Amino acid sequence: MRLFDIKRFAIHDGPGIRTTLFMKGCPLHCVWCHNPEGISYEPTRLFTASKCIHCGAHETEGVEGCPTLALQEAGKDWTLEDILKVVEKERQVMEESGGGVTLCGGEPLMHPEALLEVLRALGERGFHRTVDTTLYAAWDTVERVLPHAELFMVDVKHMDDGLHRQYTGVGNELILDNIRRFAAVKDRPQLWLRIPLIDGVNADDGNLEATASFIASLPSKPEQVNLLPYHDVGKAKHARMGSQYNPQNYKMDVPSEELLAHAGDLFKRYGITTIIGG
Amino acid sequence: MKFPLTCPANEGGMNERVRRLRQESIDTPTTLTIERALIETAFYKENYGKMPNCILRARNFYEICKKKTIYIGEGELIVGERGPKPKAVPTFPELTCHSVEDLRTLNSRELQPYYISEEDIRTYEREVIPYWQGRTQRERIFSHVSKEWEEAYHAGVFTEFMEQRAGGHTAMDGKMYRSGLLDLKKRIAERIAALDYINDPLATDKEQELEAMSISCDAAILFAERHAELAEKMAAETKDEKRRAELLKIADVCRWVPAHAPRDLQEAIQMYWFVHLGTVTELNGWDCMNPGHIDQHLWPFYEKGVKDGTMTREKAKELISCFWIKFNNQPAPPKVGVTALESGTYNDFTNINIGGIDREGRNAVNELSYVILEVQEELHELQPGLSVHVAKVTPDDFVLAAAKVIRQGHGYPSLFNPDTYTRELMRQGKSREDANEGGCSGCIEVGAFGKEAYILTGYLNTPKILEITLNNGLDPVSGKKLGLETGDPRTFRTYDELYEAYHRQMLYFVNMKLAVNNYIERMFSLYAPATFLSLFIDDCIEKGQDYYSGGARYNTTYIQCTGLGTVTDCLSTLKTHVFGSGRYTMDELLRAVANNWEGEEKMRQYIINHTPFFGNDNDEADAIAVKVYDDLVAAIEGHPNTRGGKTQLNMLSTTCHNYFGSVCGASVNGRMARFAISDGTSPAHGADTQGPTSVVKSLGKLDQTKSGGTLLNVRFVPDMMKGEEDLKKLGSLIRTYFSLGGHHIQFNVVDTATLHDAQQHPERYRDLLVRVAGYSDYFNDMTPQLQNEIIARTENEAF
Repeated sequence: MRLFDIKRFAIHDGPGIRTTLFMKGCPLHCVWCHNPEGISYEPTRLFTASKCIHCGAHETEGVEGCPTLALQEAGKDWTLEDILKVVEKERQVMEESGGGVTLCGGEPLMHPEALLEVLRALGERGFHRTVDTTLYAAWDTVERVLPHAELFMVDVKHMDDGLHRQYTGVGNELILDNIRRFAAVKDRPQLWLRIPLIDGVNADDGNLEATASFIASLPSKPEQVNLLPYHDVGKAKHARMGSQYNPQNYKMDVPSEELLAHAGDLFKRYGITTIIGG
Repeated sequence: MKFPLTCPANEGGMNERVRRLRQESIDTPTTLTIERALIETAFYKENYGKMPNCILRARNFYEICKKKTIYIGEGELIVGERGPKPKAVPTFPELTCHSVEDLRTLNSRELQPYYISEEDIRTYEREVIPYWQGRTQRERIFSHVSKEWEEAYHAGVFTEFMEQRAGGHTAMDGKMYRSGLLDLKKRIAERIAALDYINDPLATDKEQELEAMSISCDAAILFAERHAELAEKMAAETKDEKRRAELLKIADVCRWVPAHAPRDLQEAIQMYWFVHLGTVTELNGWDCMNPGHIDQHLWPFYEKGVKDGTMTREKAKELISCFWIKFNNQPAPPKVGVTALESGTYNDFTNINIGGIDREGRNAVNELSYVILEVQEELHELQPGLSVHVAKVTPDDFVLAAAKVIRQGHGYPSLFNPDTYTRELMRQGKSREDANEGGCSGCIEVGAFGKEAYILTGYLNTPKILEITLNNGLDPVSGKKLGLETGDPRTFRTYDELYEAYHRQMLYFVNMKLAVNNYIERMFSLYAPATFLSLFIDDCIEKGQDYYSGGARYNTTYIQCTGLGTVTDCLSTLKTHVFGSGRYTMDELLRAVANNWEGEEKMRQYIINHTPFFGNDNDEADAIAVKVYDDLVAAIEGHPNTRGGKTQLNMLSTTCHNYFGSVCGASVNGRMARFAISDGTSPAHGADTQGPTSVVKSLGKLDQTKSGGTLLNVRFVPDMMKGEEDLKKLGSLIRTYFSLGGHHIQFNVVDTATLHDAQQHPERYRDLLVRVAGYSDYFNDMTPQLQNEIIARTENEAF
């Protein structure tokens, strides 16, 4: 499995304290993506200029020789055994907190075979499994993975197909359809829907109403709906990748407290309780 | 989304009285009072040599209780001050006699001044200083030690606790709430009557010690009586009806306790407070005095009062708040010299225990535990410190309530694990019940409350010992040859050879310290018996022996080892890059540190970022830490002390890791010269990069039951503790560490930006309390060096 990061003590990636595995490769490229180094399947070089002491090592010795970790490479192939070794290190705190392992990305469903191997192994060892996904995948892929996780966390980024395409590179039809089908599955895993709230992109009343009405119309209620206030961590990551953040210069702002409260109220009118952050 | 950096303190809960008393306590500047020294000096001039020292000490204590100024503040419900007024700190010339220069420095220094008038300084110079020349404990100690000891001491290889304060570190159990001093006097008389002068060769010594204890009882009863008289006088003078009733109640309380066992909550608190004041007036033992498990001690009085309708939760909270403010009124006695460097704070380290378990091992959390958490949160003063004890049987909602106070970011409460520390105590030979009744005092020191004299003797600078080893016995900072010639490390062929050299060097310095410790213990036994404190520590009365002479049921002597993280990382660096990959030669590394890494930033960075360091759940690095720790235990543990007990290892550092760092050159793990070494058993600054679970797992590999306490600092950004879910996760982290055998963990919840801003604009952060070691201190009151050290501690962010 190709990962670009493993985070221990992740506290905002599902229930409890978790270890999050970041799988490399994603079919979307959201303008606001905060893990842009995860989009390409190929290893991605990250360079932190502020850490560089200009010793010349990374030019001659490459990533391995860089003393300050100014130059790093995101994207390494992990064996199942090594992944389990890392995950097992956190077992106690996971059990104590009701946590587990979260697979996110990138897009985990892009590599279903690798994903299934890891999910099965985690399941056998009794770990709670969360898949953090766009659900941008063929339904039969979703269906195969579905029994092997206890929780799916899925983003609802925009209800307008054209705007969804504009901001993420793909339309929303497949995603929304998969969410609907997922919600219809009998004895399905838990479903948490997450709305990255970005002022200027998807926080207008029209889109909020459409999102709420979509969620309210699902064949089963998601167990949790989160409003995730936008932040621009991606900016620093793009700088490290040597690429430009939001090259189209779209208007994207951090939502104000009022906007968050307003969005929460709006969802409530559709009978949906939201959690801010998480 | 932005959240406030630190949540505003919940001041809404304080009533008008508490709000005012608290503000007065915070606003009153710290002063020195020479009253105690004057009474004592006059008494010694007249009486020294005319009676056994224990009687002399008891009568000296009586004299102070009889003559010192009595203070009752406006609106106070709990009364009594150590000095003539709040925040006036007495001196103890019999231990260390401050010079005129010391006093002027204390009066004028920028950080933590102790104000004293020029007139008082002149009186001190005339009346006090001449008498004590050559008669202080400090002089007795320093005139005895060897040249090697003295050189190692001045170079910062170790410190000495007993050279200017009395050995202390103890806490009370519940016996004072069941027996008054008149009951104790009766027991003392029975003990004297039962002495066998024919078959017990020490019977006369015991008689004298018991007689001294009896005089100490009279002294404290007199002290209370004088408060009753003043309260009555004030009652007669006041026009305020309500206050008159309060003052008459105070008079009634002070006539009853400490002579008799308390009958209600106010008497119980006042009982403790008189005992507290007695012990810190008699001597100035380290870590002040400590009520121990106060929620358990006060519970029966609260419960009874609620049942019979004389007590409410609100009233109890007010009394406890008044009690809390009393602690804040007593700054630590001023230190001088090296001791001021290693411990520069007004905090006197009273560390009150709540939660945990009772004598039978059952969950001890009660309603007062929650009330006390509220009081701590609302008052957020410098003192007292508060610790929450989390055993397996402790309910989750209490841990959550504690986490809510931790989130406020004042650095307390700290958290302790009774499931581990009771095993520490039993391993040292305490009974299960005495261990269950024990707890932690000072910073993190475990003790059998009310039954043990556990005395800390000083810190050991393990990174310094490694530095000396790497220089073949020479200390490169002082330029003196302090240690053994264990060989030129450039000639070592294996890591084991290097470790063996360090190990020999460590044993050499530990033994040097041990040799002097016993002598110092005897000096306290001979010249400074604590005849009042001995009343409250089992089995001093039964044995007829003083607290300092083996009267306690358990007697422990500690050496506190610091810098485990730094030493481990240095050894790991040498193992990995010199003896392992061969990337660097020993010579290259030694030259680099000798030049404080100048021109070697590439090497320094490579080491920092490519070496297994302690605190990352890395088995290689952690194995080194375990070995270093186990060898320290083996070196220190089990030597007999002069009181029938044994020496043990402790792992706290207070602020000594800053002082110790300041006397060390650069070290091979990338640490710059003069910068702090690692604190307690925490990882070195910035060495832990894998998150807090990895830290607690690394620490969990040490068998902490072999110590008398370990210390782990963790820093979180406030953003990480926004919601109740986050607080539950914090609780899980605590429980995880404790299930791995952790002794103690504490948190700073403050972000780097706030700390930098506080350095720039101290006036905006007057109440910014942060966790230092086993205690909290005002950020503004710290040296820039200590401030920077706290900023350098790894900041854990939400992922």
